Amino acid sequence: MSTALITPAPTMPRDNYLNHGYGVRSWLLTTDHKRIALMYLVTITFFFFVGGAMATMIRLELLTPAGDLVSSDTYNKLFTMHGVMMVFFFLIPSIPTTLGNFLVPMMIGARDLAFPKLNLASYYVYLTGALFTMYAVISGGVDTGWTFYTPLSTSFANTHVIATAVGILIAGFSSIFTGINFIVTIHRMRAPGMTWGRLPLFIWAHYATSLIMVLGTPVIAITLIMVALERGFHLGIFDPARGGDPLLFQHLFWFYSHPAVYIMILPGMGVISEIVTCFSRKRIFGYNFVAFSSMAIAVFGFLVWAHHMFVAGISTYAAMVFSLLSYLVAIPSAIKVFNWTATMYKGSLTFKTPMLYVFGFIGLFTMGGMTGLFLAALGIDMHVTETYFIVAHFHYIMVGGMVMAYMGALHFWWPKITGRMYPENLARLAALIIFVGFNLTFFPQFILGYLGMPRRYHAYPPEFQVLNVMSSAGASILGIGYLLPMIYFMWSMRYGRVAGPNPWNAKGLEWETTSPPPTHNFAETPIVTEEAYAYGTPTAEVQRV
Amino acid sequence: MGTNFPLFPQQASTVAPKVDALYFFLIAVTVFFCVLIFSLLITFSLKFRARKGQVATQIEGSLPLELTWTIIPLIISLGLYVWGANLYFEMRRPPLGAMEIYGVPKQWMWKFEHPDGHREINELHVPVGRPVKMTMISQDVIHSFFVPAFRVKTDVLPGRYTTAWFEATTTGHYHLFCSQYCGTKHSAMIGEVYVMEPAQYEQWLSGSAGEGSLASSGEKLFQSMACNTCHRSDSGARGPNLVGLFGKPVKLANGATVMADEAYIRESILTPSAKIVAGFQPIMPTFQGQINEEGVLALIQYIKTMKDAQNLAPTNTQNPPGPDAGARPAQGMQNSGTQKP
Repeated sequence: MSTALITPAPTMPRDNYLNHGYGVRSWLLTTDHKRIALMYLVTITFFFFVGGAMATMIRLELLTPAGDLVSSDTYNKLFTMHGVMMVFFFLIPSIPTTLGNFLVPMMIGARDLAFPKLNLASYYVYLTGALFTMYAVISGGVDTGWTFYTPLSTSFANTHVIATAVGILIAGFSSIFTGINFIVTIHRMRAPGMTWGRLPLFIWAHYATSLIMVLGTPVIAITLIMVALERGFHLGIFDPARGGDPLLFQHLFWFYSHPAVYIMILPGMGVISEIVTCFSRKRIFGYNFVAFSSMAIAVFGFLVWAHHMFVAGISTYAAMVFSLLSYLVAIPSAIKVFNWTATMYKGSLTFKTPMLYVFGFIGLFTMGGMTGLFLAALGIDMHVTETYFIVAHFHYIMVGGMVMAYMGALHFWWPKITGRMYPENLARLAALIIFVGFNLTFFPQFILGYLGMPRRYHAYPPEFQVLNVMSSAGASILGIGYLLPMIYFMWSMRYGRVAGPNPWNAKGLEWETTSPPPTHNFAETPIVTEEAYAYGTPTAEVQRV
Repeated sequence: MGTNFPLFPQQASTVAPKVDALYFFLIAVTVFFCVLIFSLLITFSLKFRARKGQVATQIEGSLPLELTWTIIPLIISLGLYVWGANLYFEMRRPPLGAMEIYGVPKQWMWKFEHPDGHREINELHVPVGRPVKMTMISQDVIHSFFVPAFRVKTDVLPGRYTTAWFEATTTGHYHLFCSQYCGTKHSAMIGEVYVMEPAQYEQWLSGSAGEGSLASSGEKLFQSMACNTCHRSDSGARGPNLVGLFGKPVKLANGATVMADEAYIRESILTPSAKIVAGFQPIMPTFQGQINEEGVLALIQYIKTMKDAQNLAPTNTQNPPGPDAGARPAQGMQNSGTQKP
């Protein structure tokens, strides 16, 4: 590589995982966790833009009160497929399969995951599931909502419910494979000296996420199989005319899909802990509390599912129990937010792009979390559930929280992954555009929700138009914000400044090897002698490979 | 309806101001924590931004601080919980003596029946200042009865009754939305609730009387489906006597006791073998598929009107007030009747 013209500029390492074979087979049949991570990255980005295209159509339709751009059936398919694509094929795999895959072994000083072949299998299982679902989309789509509520999905919808369910079922196995791989790797493959108390919080977050993946995903698998059987053979599990119970479906569905919310957000929380310490030059405030709160979220997350069902016909007393538990699960998240904020206290702060995403995350996640308190309050939930309030709330958590963390993570570890830097000022501009676009898109939806506009409405009463136009305008800004990084990341892979092993002067084993790392990550197994985020001590020198 | 750009919904029921009060309190809590966090972020950003020669101070943590930001949010959360739960309890518990209206939605329309036999579609007329209890059951998928101006919402399920209640405080007309996604024309499943002065409401009721009261259609069904051949008041009857049944406890063959409410009667018509009354044989055939939900509601209304005094005399009740609804403890929950053995 001949980019090194300025005197001490770092050079690309001669031998790294990216130039370790160029053939198609060397990628498609690789068991290198870093290459698999990149294959995942390309694939989930594709599905993110598929889901995004559907969101674009939805926002265009909602510019006017009348349902005039697309038909009702098309609209219903659009929001269903938007939800399915974004939840199952982007948000759930997003951080774990890309950055998690790349970083979990590196952060604990391992050469690879415990089961490299299982890791490759998980990618192909995911791809099969995704293609199956894409087949359902192309051959006519599905219009039940991503929640598949019965008996609409089992007895009334005449779209491709079974194909979509099978696609999600298949993709679920990929989650389970990833979860098992992470759990075993974190238990068994830590470098000497990497005790549980020294684990980076990114690892703790992935450990908690993996537990949910392994314990929760089988439930959605069973539920989807029951939906398919009911639809195909009219077994009567959910059909009241045959003695079944439609609410049983909702219990089973949310028993997975609520913890799935934590599958989506926990890895993002791990990311924030890594970035905020690096750009504050400080150890994390209250390590034990941040680590333990991840585990608390994973456990409590399984006990709050029925808060999606307060008006669904569950008993008043059950609702009261689930409301109380929902308030309790909010506490660990609050603890995290306070600890991240306190980490900045007496730090030495710089405001590179990843740090801007941290600010975005903390702000939007706080808003999302606080509006969760509205929904957990039974008397308020009765009014705002099933409206745009809930749409706004979970987009603040999922897009404002999770996607912000994901973008922050991509910018933070991009130099490690590719060995090159992206254009910093453009990246800061994109972060700002995303933040502004996001708020303009989703804040009006809180107001719409309290006004009473139900979600999943193709046409709506005219008095809701102004707020909907604001939301659509915000969405177009948000769209530009997402396209920009796409462009400059691709540009940087060829033209970006060479980053060197540790451009942020960050702590953590992944920064103690070259960028991009060699295939086996470390020239020799690292030995850990200090706590995570020991920003008080000088950063280790990287031996050239 | 008001301006073209409302930011806050109308308040037109007794619970609406209570819901809004909690809503404003929640907004205050949210603003407080957002301002707290955001101002800390901004202050730290300004005060601790990297300068030449300045080094970060390493701080491990602080137990008192951790306890502070665990316990204070916990206390606030518990307070919110109690407030929200109390409100919900009130919203789910119809007051005694509420007038009853039945709703039978289906894809994609709302059908309502008043006890006097008035039927309306996508419109609901109610008097102001009087509690109204809605008992609803879906003919197909799950729908949801949502009147934003009343802050009331409940899913309407197939196969079981759910209830909602409200007391309108302001005359006018308000949106009625189906808020649970129910298929193609979900967004067209909307209607209007008309809140009228009591006198106007009486006038509306007296116009176009329909085909007699709901109870009288129930009575016709009772005879045409030959229910009366077994369910008689004499001692040799093969079925339990239904006179005075509604709202009373019933002793079952398995020793348990159930309350004779809407859900129990509906189940006994459609799945007679589910609960056998003590002293009777399980000989009743199912009427599943032979009678629709509106028919079941008419039968229930008829059974409600069967009093000890006159055996099978048709009573011309518009909206049975006191004893009928009152005899039964007003439970907010309605799921007990659907527990299958």
